[in-house]
Amino acid sequence: MNSPEPNSNDLLTSSQLKALEAESIHIIREVVAEFEKPGLLFSGGKDSIVMLHLAVKALQPAKLPFPIVHIDTGHNFPEAIEYRDRTAKNLGIDLVVGSVPEALESGRVQASTLPGASRNRLQTPVLLDTIRDRKFDAVFGGARRDEERARAKERVYSFRDEFGQWDPKNQRPELWNLYNGFTNTGQHIRVFPLSNWTELDIWQYILEENIELPSIYFAHEREVFERDGMLMAYSEFLKPENGEKVFTEKVRFRTVGDMTITGGLKSDAETLEQVIAEIAVARVSERGASRADDRTAEAAMEDRKREGYF
Amino acid sequence: MELLRIATAGSVDDGKSTLIGRLLFDSKAIYDDVLDSAEQHSRRQSSEYFNLALLTDGLKAEREQGITIDVAYRYFSTPKRKFILADTPGHVQYTRNMVTGASTADVALIIVDARHGVVEQSRRHAVIGALLGIRHVVVCVNKMDLVDFKEEAFRPIQDDLHALLEELEIESHHFIPISALEGDNVVEKSDRMPWYEDGPLLPHLENLELSDLTQDAPFRFPVQYVIRPLSNQYHDYRGYAGTIASGSVEVGQEIAVMPSGATTTVTHIESPDGEVTSAGEAEAVTIRIADNLDISRGALLSSASERPTSDNTLDATVCWMGERSSLRSGAMLRIKHATHTARAMVNELQCKIDINHVSVTEASEELKLNEIGQVTLRTSEPLVFDQYASSRGTGSFILIDESTNETVGAGMIGRPPYLGEIGS
Repeated sequence: MNSPEPNSNDLLTSSQLKALEAESIHIIREVVAEFEKPGLLFSGGKDSIVMLHLAVKALQPAKLPFPIVHIDTGHNFPEAIEYRDRTAKNLGIDLVVGSVPEALESGRVQASTLPGASRNRLQTPVLLDTIRDRKFDAVFGGARRDEERARAKERVYSFRDEFGQWDPKNQRPELWNLYNGFTNTGQHIRVFPLSNWTELDIWQYILEENIELPSIYFAHEREVFERDGMLMAYSEFLKPENGEKVFTEKVRFRTVGDMTITGGLKSDAETLEQVIAEIAVARVSERGASRADDRTAEAAMEDRKREGYF
Repeated sequence: MELLRIATAGSVDDGKSTLIGRLLFDSKAIYDDVLDSAEQHSRRQSSEYFNLALLTDGLKAEREQGITIDVAYRYFSTPKRKFILADTPGHVQYTRNMVTGASTADVALIIVDARHGVVEQSRRHAVIGALLGIRHVVVCVNKMDLVDFKEEAFRPIQDDLHALLEELEIESHHFIPISALEGDNVVEKSDRMPWYEDGPLLPHLENLELSDLTQDAPFRFPVQYVIRPLSNQYHDYRGYAGTIASGSVEVGQEIAVMPSGATTTVTHIESPDGEVTSAGEAEAVTIRIADNLDISRGALLSSASERPTSDNTLDATVCWMGERSSLRSGAMLRIKHATHTARAMVNELQCKIDINHVSVTEASEELKLNEIGQVTLRTSEPLVFDQYASSRGTGSFILIDESTNETVGAGMIGRPPYLGEIGS
């Protein structure tokens, strides 16, 4: 078989990805140089995987000087947890887990009894506790500005007060590549090195760098049921109600979140190239397609972010 | 082609958000669910037509008030190019947001309402763009549908701004008559303005050539971080990590280590993908050198033949961004310049610049929020810098309030040639 000729479109993508990569590496190095105790939020989702990949590249050949941090709702895809543990082990770095089930057990947080409630919102107090307990002064997050319109206003260095709150109307101006990381005790900075990446950039970079992803990102057969137009994975954490029928479907997931709120898409895309081809023509945003949490209110994300969410 | 960073500014009614909504919509960067959500909001506000602007306003307060408050970044791409658009409000009370958006942009997109002609705000956008070193300006004369697509509405605006852009020494400028609402000359060429012979906006942005002035600039590399693996495998490894601010570097090149001025030779350049023999502007690399010199964060590796200035006094144009304080002579601040943080004292506030008429300056006791002036600073340690006009990366700085930690100022080293004499 002949290898295909590189076309101008491939070259274009490559130069853009290199520019985004360089910008992200610059941000990661600033944080490592200026902060005493950074941590990197890692969910086993594609954005945090790319962020970790960039951090490794930014500091090679040295080992990462900070831990990865996972806020575990206890309802995660086993494939993502396995990936998380293996990644930490391979890189020889610490894994810090903030556990929602433990916080529920100790009474630190209360589960909502409302129908349709998930543990999504419970992650915020657990995240803030973890940041405080570990004395993190900078926390890397994989959020992108193209994800959601409240995120479009977020800084690369996003200041959080003693309560972990984000104040969208009172953000520090951010100019050139000069980031202001000064904080007082108890405050911290959320750092978003992927701010300028789009979903498609992430996928193309994964392809170009040949980065391994958890298997749930690729089409596979799974027991699902339909809820609010999304295909929810049938699991011990989420069962059908009101006559919702369980059936087997070939699906893939576009984001990796809590199993109870992350919907799958009917898909035949088993390879990265096929996934990218599907995304390039997709007409629904990844949050709209697969996150029940963002559908609840027009400003759902802004509200959660103000409280200290990722 | 590289990605293109665009800064735009506009006021409530000139149709900026509509234009951006149109660009995103027509380049299919908007997903259906986002459209639905904006549509629902439109309906709640009982708008007559679908409000494209709602696609871009992100915060609740912005949607309620129908204005853009903060800088928002938008992303769209065509098969030819990826675009990052910094969308900022245009009102004078948001000058600092405009300055912020312009600081990283290659192109300024200025929007003028065809019915009102060049207003103060249009001039202000041009001046801020020029001060921030933007070399390319595209002027969209919008709402041509409301002036019957007449050339007579377009030409006076073009003539008026043309003169200003020349005075500001903008390298390339281009004028396009459009209707963002109806889509004329945004993505597709309009057939309602046969007198306009050039192409529409999007193809112009796709094909805009950015001059490579900085490729020939002298090599500048602020050291961010020293990588020392402290492992057996890399026992003696010591790499200087950073992003090339200007120029290029190659293995074997003689370089100077600033501020000490010691010279050494580059032995290795490591890119994110491994060793390379040379690297250019904006690349994030790790450099290793032949000699064991004392180099830490804040140092700058430089071309040995063309060295930057090393001084503890500097003359700069500053935009004040502090809400609760003002800049006055004698004020003490933190300064972050490249990778170096020091303390700075305001030696003198030379003058305030009228950003609506850039050649006019006036003496002033203080710079308040959103005001721009020319200052002399003295720093606690020498800074290694260039003029902003020749290097954004080594010619820019931010000022930080020592008690609140807020970013209160943005500075560009040097004095723009088009500024009037002080007191004129």
